[in-house]
Amino acid sequence: MADKVISCRKAFTDTILREAKKNSDIFVVTSDARGSVTLDDFANSLPEQFVEVGIAEQNAVGVGAGLSLAGKNVFVCGPASFYSARSLEQIKVDVAYTKTSVKIIGVSGGVSYGALGSTHHSLHDVAVMRTFPDMNVYLPADRFQTEKLTEYLASSDEPAYVRMGRNAVPDVYTANDTFTFRQGKVLTEGQDVAIIATGETVYHALQAEIELQSKGIKAMVIDMHTLKPLDEELIISAARKTGYVLTVEEHSIFGGLGGAVAEVISQNYPVKMKILGIPDENVINAKPLEIFEYYGLTASKICMSALELLK
Amino acid sequence: MTDVKELKKKAVLVRRRTLELVGKASGGHIGGSLSSIDILVALHFAIMNIDPENPGMKGRDRFIMSKGHSVEGYYSTLESRGFITSEMLDTYGQFNSPLAGHPTRKVPGIELNSGALGHGLSVGVGLALAAKRSGESHMTYVLMGDGEHGEGSIMEAAASAGHYNLSNLVAIIDRNHLQISGPTEEVCAVDDLEGKYRACGWNVVYCNGHDMNELLHVLKNARLSEKPSLIIAHTVKGKGVSFMENIAGWHHKVPTKEQLEQAFAELDKQMEEIENGR
Repeated sequence: MADKVISCRKAFTDTILREAKKNSDIFVVTSDARGSVTLDDFANSLPEQFVEVGIAEQNAVGVGAGLSLAGKNVFVCGPASFYSARSLEQIKVDVAYTKTSVKIIGVSGGVSYGALGSTHHSLHDVAVMRTFPDMNVYLPADRFQTEKLTEYLASSDEPAYVRMGRNAVPDVYTANDTFTFRQGKVLTEGQDVAIIATGETVYHALQAEIELQSKGIKAMVIDMHTLKPLDEELIISAARKTGYVLTVEEHSIFGGLGGAVAEVISQNYPVKMKILGIPDENVINAKPLEIFEYYGLTASKICMSALELLK
Repeated sequence: MTDVKELKKKAVLVRRRTLELVGKASGGHIGGSLSSIDILVALHFAIMNIDPENPGMKGRDRFIMSKGHSVEGYYSTLESRGFITSEMLDTYGQFNSPLAGHPTRKVPGIELNSGALGHGLSVGVGLALAAKRSGESHMTYVLMGDGEHGEGSIMEAAASAGHYNLSNLVAIIDRNHLQISGPTEEVCAVDDLEGKYRACGWNVVYCNGHDMNELLHVLKNARLSEKPSLIIAHTVKGKGVSFMENIAGWHHKVPTKEQLEQAFAELDKQMEEIENGR
């Protein structure tokens, strides 16, 4: 795996610009977030497909829905923390319920903003988004997956919420990897424990798998990039194969990936499981990676949790 | 249709059907429906380029019912205009009816699922902006309540409409001065509505929202505006039924059988007066 190079948000904006040059019905809406989303190139290159509404997330989503009702494929972009809370009702009603072709691109998600504090963290977003009928939810793991996901969404008329991080993250994939969105991706085929991760934690889960190997434990690592619709079949087969399921996410331990996996496992094939994520507290003030480390979301901590689960 | 007498008669029939629906469903928002009906009839019968045979017609004018709770008046207007069959409308209030208690796009002629207040103007801005960028000449109309203006998101939308100078956007406020808890200016003042919109770069005009001639006049003029237009339509909550008029309690009260009969008698009298040219 290469060192960190390019953030998911930049991979998104490069890709959406390329797609929008081919398709004039692709629109980008933002709320004074062209800097944080890295949309300057888009705004300068395609001003007729770019809409700035100022610091007004509720309006941004409503305007996006209106553009979609006029036949556009709309990407409403800004910090995940604000879109997943401030404009939640517009997402529920104007996007999911009305079933408009609006993609909410929540950048700088999770704890990307580090020490800026809980105002800027989005650790509740998956929990709320996945309860809206017809809403799809994606968390890409790296720049390559973000690029493929953006290409996929550029030709899909589904309502969607996509959460990605602010900072450059190590590559998990290569430019040649392909993905079937709406299904999970099995990364390693171990049979001792299943580690299901999403978003930026996929990298750490893979690193943990290497550590586990050195202790003689073979883990099945799954990248659950699509949280809704959830690949229930894969979850059940992983539980059946390994008997132990560990989930890892940059999200509250309530209602996110862990909750979703538990809903499937408890009702279909109950096995022992553990949910790694952010506990019920406001996170410490630190850099994102330090926050991951503190809450046990980095490789050796994930490895320890797996060992404990297997005891 | 621009025959004012015919439009007035339509409005009476739509009022009658609205009362029937609320009675049959034993629920609904009667007061705000009755205050909106003349506006809805003017738009759907005389102003907008729409086709009940082809609800998704390219180039059609768009209408967003932001005050989605006034759905009985809206459904009845759409039925009268030929978008909804009477059979469909008769299912209103029944188990698993396709007609929800707030508008949805499942119903022909409806563009947006609405009912959570403060959303419609933003969607209207998106529709109007798309039309402007694509060089399409149709108009976008958004009907809002006055109490609805407690929602700050409307001011976000108003500011962006001014910023993009959406001259193809017309907002109408059903200014009946009442919301569920009482008079708008006592609950938490929404005025100065005119000043707020003017500050955002809009043209603002007033009309009597129950005078068909005035409604047609201001709605036609709004098409010619070089700025986004706001029409503040002075209305009466419960309009057309004497015992409901100007009473906040009729926001969503259900009339008794006797009250319905009295209401129908009053509407019959109004119809007679229109026929006799009064």
